[in-house]
Amino acid sequence: MSISHTLLGLLERGPRHGYDLKREYDEHFGQNRPLHYGQVYATLSRLLKNKLIEENGVEHGGGPDRKRYAVTAEGVTDVDKWLTTPEKPELYLQSTLFTKVVIALMSRRDAETVLDSQRHAHLRAMRELTKRKSDGDLADQLICDHALFHLEADLRWLELTAARLHELSTALKKVKP
Amino acid sequence: MNEPLLVATNVVKSFGPTKALDGANMSVRAGEVVAVMGPSGSGKSTMLHCLAGIIQPDAGTVMYDGRELSAMPDQPRSVLRRTEFGFVFQFGQLVPELTCVENVALPLRLGGTRRKDAEATAHEWLGRLEVGDVASKRPGEVSGGQGQRVAIARALVTGPKVIFADEPTGALDSLNGEHVMRMLTDTAKESGAAVILVTHEPRVAAYSDREVIVRDGHTRQVEFA
Repeated sequence: MSISHTLLGLLERGPRHGYDLKREYDEHFGQNRPLHYGQVYATLSRLLKNKLIEENGVEHGGGPDRKRYAVTAEGVTDVDKWLTTPEKPELYLQSTLFTKVVIALMSRRDAETVLDSQRHAHLRAMRELTKRKSDGDLADQLICDHALFHLEADLRWLELTAARLHELSTALKKVKP
Repeated sequence: MNEPLLVATNVVKSFGPTKALDGANMSVRAGEVVAVMGPSGSGKSTMLHCLAGIIQPDAGTVMYDGRELSAMPDQPRSVLRRTEFGFVFQFGQLVPELTCVENVALPLRLGGTRRKDAEATAHEWLGRLEVGDVASKRPGEVSGGQGQRVAIARALVTGPKVIFADEPTGALDSLNGEHVMRMLTDTAKESGAAVILVTHEPRVAAYSDREVIVRDGHTRQVEFA
């Protein structure tokens, strides 16, 4: 995930301190991985250098001075470009699971057990996400759904492979050792 | 942990030359939600029908609460199904000529409960499943999701010990399917009923406590760490 674009996007709603940005980021996108202050300030300093944000006053208080930042016109253009550029679809062509199944068949181990143990692990993860979803708010539900649909895709592949194990085994036997 | 409520041992069932189950085993404890998974034609629905006493196995036993269901004559088996079991299927389980509240009250009426009392209980269940507003409508006049909730109310109205659900969300979109699964598992847990859930959908199986895999008529019990 692009932290710099996310912070720029949050700044489009109005000037903010680094502390406010971290708090908002953690609330909406942090889930189990909140931002470190170091990441926030390193990102802000890079955005400043690239003129995508600018300083927008300093607040003097009891503690250290707090700078406020605002997005520039270039920053808005950058967010716009980021939002309208599609993410590259993941092709998942380097599958460890596929490799394990092939090695199990080649070494005459029980490939079905490999698939069963993986299915069990996937379903356990899906149960945890399903529980988390029922306790969470809408944002939490949507994040869990994204993960659940990906795990489901893996499980469908496991089922299809289980149904084609015999075929795969025959094909592998035709390959010279 | 409590003793298994329902136990199938070495169950064999053929339809003509086709062996649907070939030595299948599984057990379910009270209050447990077990997903029976497997590809189409693997034998998972036949497994459910044998466990529920809808069909009799050719060999092997099905024990329910200490009684051998697989050796019971039709009449007591039918009474047992009506009083101790609840059923939710993918399609068509509601009687189209009856209103939703009459559908839910039906199992109680068949058991001899007076109409007024049966319908009062049915109204309570429809309310719990958040479909109280469709009580006087016929099944053809409600949405797929509402119809499945009415079916769940009907499955739970007699206070069954086991609920058999065969692809209960198969005809619903993702969002409605989720509501139905949450209501089915929440209400079953509240009432202490076990649920045997036949599904090929992993996201539906994720509402279960554990899974049993059926493939080519065999069950694969998964006991991984």
